[in-house]
Amino acid sequence: MSIPRKRFDTLVIGAGGGGLRAALQLSQAEANVAVVSKVFPTRSHTVAAQGGINAALANVLPDNWHWHMYDTVKGSDYLGDQDAIEYMCRAASHIVIELEHAGVPFSRLNNGKIYQRAFGGQSQDFGGEQAARTCAAADRTGHAILHTLYQQNIRAKTHFFDEFFAIDLIKDEEGYILGAVILSIETGEPYIIEAKTTLLATGGAGQIFRTNTNARINTGDGMAMALRADIPIQDMEFFQFHPTGIAGKGMLITEGARGEGGFLVNKNGERFMERYATHAKDLASRDVVSRSIAIEVREGRGCGPKGDHVLLKVDHLGADVVAKRLPGIRDTVLTFLHMDPVEKPIPVFPTAHYTMGGIPTNRYGQVVAPLGQGAEEPIPGLYAVGECACVSVHGANRLGGNSLLDIIVFGRAAGNDIIDFLKENRFHRPLDEGSVDQALSRLARWDQRGEGESVDALRQELQQTMEDYCGVFREEKVLQEGVNKVKAMEARLAAVRIQDHSSVFNTQRIEAMELENLFDVALATVTSALARQESRGAHSRVDYPERDDEHWLKHSLFYKKDHRLDFKPVRTKPLSVDSFPPKPRVY
Amino acid sequence: MKFLIYRYNPEKDQAPYMQEFTLDNIEPGMMLLDALLRIKADKDETLSFRHSCGEGVCGSDGININGSNGLSCITPLSQLKQPVEVRPLPGLPVIRDLVVDMSQFYQQYRAVKPYLIVHDPEPEIERLQSPHDRDKLDGLYECIMCACCSTACPSFWWNPDKFRGPAALLQSWRFLADSRDQATAQRLEELEGAYKVFRCHTIMNCVNVCPKGLNPTKAIGNIKKLMLKRLI
Repeated sequence: MSIPRKRFDTLVIGAGGGGLRAALQLSQAEANVAVVSKVFPTRSHTVAAQGGINAALANVLPDNWHWHMYDTVKGSDYLGDQDAIEYMCRAASHIVIELEHAGVPFSRLNNGKIYQRAFGGQSQDFGGEQAARTCAAADRTGHAILHTLYQQNIRAKTHFFDEFFAIDLIKDEEGYILGAVILSIETGEPYIIEAKTTLLATGGAGQIFRTNTNARINTGDGMAMALRADIPIQDMEFFQFHPTGIAGKGMLITEGARGEGGFLVNKNGERFMERYATHAKDLASRDVVSRSIAIEVREGRGCGPKGDHVLLKVDHLGADVVAKRLPGIRDTVLTFLHMDPVEKPIPVFPTAHYTMGGIPTNRYGQVVAPLGQGAEEPIPGLYAVGECACVSVHGANRLGGNSLLDIIVFGRAAGNDIIDFLKENRFHRPLDEGSVDQALSRLARWDQRGEGESVDALRQELQQTMEDYCGVFREEKVLQEGVNKVKAMEARLAAVRIQDHSSVFNTQRIEAMELENLFDVALATVTSALARQESRGAHSRVDYPERDDEHWLKHSLFYKKDHRLDFKPVRTKPLSVDSFPPKPRVY
Repeated sequence: MKFLIYRYNPEKDQAPYMQEFTLDNIEPGMMLLDALLRIKADKDETLSFRHSCGEGVCGSDGININGSNGLSCITPLSQLKQPVEVRPLPGLPVIRDLVVDMSQFYQQYRAVKPYLIVHDPEPEIERLQSPHDRDKLDGLYECIMCACCSTACPSFWWNPDKFRGPAALLQSWRFLADSRDQATAQRLEELEGAYKVFRCHTIMNCVNVCPKGLNPTKAIGNIKKLMLKRLI
């Protein structure tokens, strides 16, 4: 079979904020870029980001990047790499101003500057008063940024492959990444994209959990592609549960609701966060607030007939503030709860939200792995940014407002580094046919006909298992059972059959390949969680309640082969300032 | 609950047809998307439709529901008359089942230059914009490009290649209304002619169906007013 081949300087897989920011940098430098996305770019999940993007602009309260850096290191529970964190926080103001210049419709202050709101985990002067660091476009900041970046890419004439699914990376025997085999969802035809550089920007994997704030497309495709290319993925035990998903349903209610003055209450009407975080209260870090809610519910102070949630009050803020600053979440609550948050408090519960772990990279966006010479050797031709990557700026717990920042800062940085790489690597390397065949066999597997388990049933079982065995609170026995169950389920994948064998817009075949990806990521998550015998950030072990810097101040690396785990040190040395040594984390 | 769903697979079917499905155990609060997913999981895995975020922000799942365009993920089943007739968005070529080819729609979007154009050098800080000027973008920038409006517009059905359509014109106005944009004359010039704007006959289907409550007709009116002002 002869498969159409196309050649580009750079292949970007994923058209969210990270992919589009990188593509824009490259197109503006006149590199020949292809962006491949399984959905039309503006449908990417960046569109759902609500609260905003952090930068120490000091438009509302005093601020500087060094305070932002301190908060991020502390928020990461000291697992974040301090060189990357310094780089990100230093770049933030410039990056946000660039976005404004590109057209993002930020909300404004009376003096015409960008509006900034308070968000969780933010402080002035290294742990002092609350800061206001989150630049917002109402509560639709992700939408505003994603649409603007897509629009600027139209202007820069970036080449888009809309509704193409990436099957696998192409890799040669020397370890170079040469592009990917992709599938046109519309026609069912595979294509080979040969590229001198490939950037993975495929987003997170919230779909490994049943109740999540994520879109259906967030299936960890890039992480799974990396795993299948023998690249490990890092720190997968750290999964963020957002404190305020709509209880039982999962739709996100932005932290901005608390940033604007909202707060949480239990069934006694008590503002319980005052007990858990005397200083920051409702604006403590997300891991802290999520655990506090879970404890309130577990100890019988939950609300509702089943006592299974708490309430988020914004009804005291007044209709004006809600209309101006939180219009999107008001719509969501009206639509899904048939009530108005201006009048009644919102039932909320911690909900799977963000993958802190991912494909290990350095601060240039280069994918790095131990290849024999050191812990962090670049894999030639491969880059990753955003939620699918782990650079690591979020460490064990991400601060609200730092994910949009992460994708823009490192999307841009990766774009710049790729431009340099292209100058030194001017020619395409010969294609590795064996690697192409391997990718095609992954596709061909789903041509098998007959009766078998269904994709949908197995996915639901996986999601339920991950929720039950790898949730907010974790312990050895339960995690071990989780590992066993996920492995047993993975073995059943071979018996799954799809009933749709059409070429044209076959969504079932896509879902089947997404399910394979979910299994790879879920196994990485639960296996890494079982191994880490301490509590740090979002990873809370009931049996190891303390952080253990002596043994566990290190990153974990999970390999697909034999489900092996390896570890590497945290980069505690920043670029120019003193490092922030681990301290007890109090909010 | 009874559903009649438009089916067409170009590899198998000579012509499209409506297929009936019945779902039991409809729970309160269920959206049409939940029903479609259940039908796909339990009744017929070959049913094809687009969807992603499930909360009305990504704009993937615009379809025609009982004759009116909307997003399946935020359309409650409790509001729908039975049997629920589900069809692809009208006026665009059908690829398969509920999936339409949106190329023409996107083409019109690109044609209005939907990006900020500024000729002045970039300042070191953000460009200032008063809250009052920023308010003018509310009701415009929130568009999710679901195509519910343009595919509800008879003028777009007749001239999808020439008439920009309500979604693209809403975006055109979003940039004309932006105090930072400096391409007003160019934008208006490019909208001249009998078709691009003036095929709008204020039928207002676009306003009625917009799932985000936006008002493309008003935006088109504003463009026309501005064009007129330039003439005199």
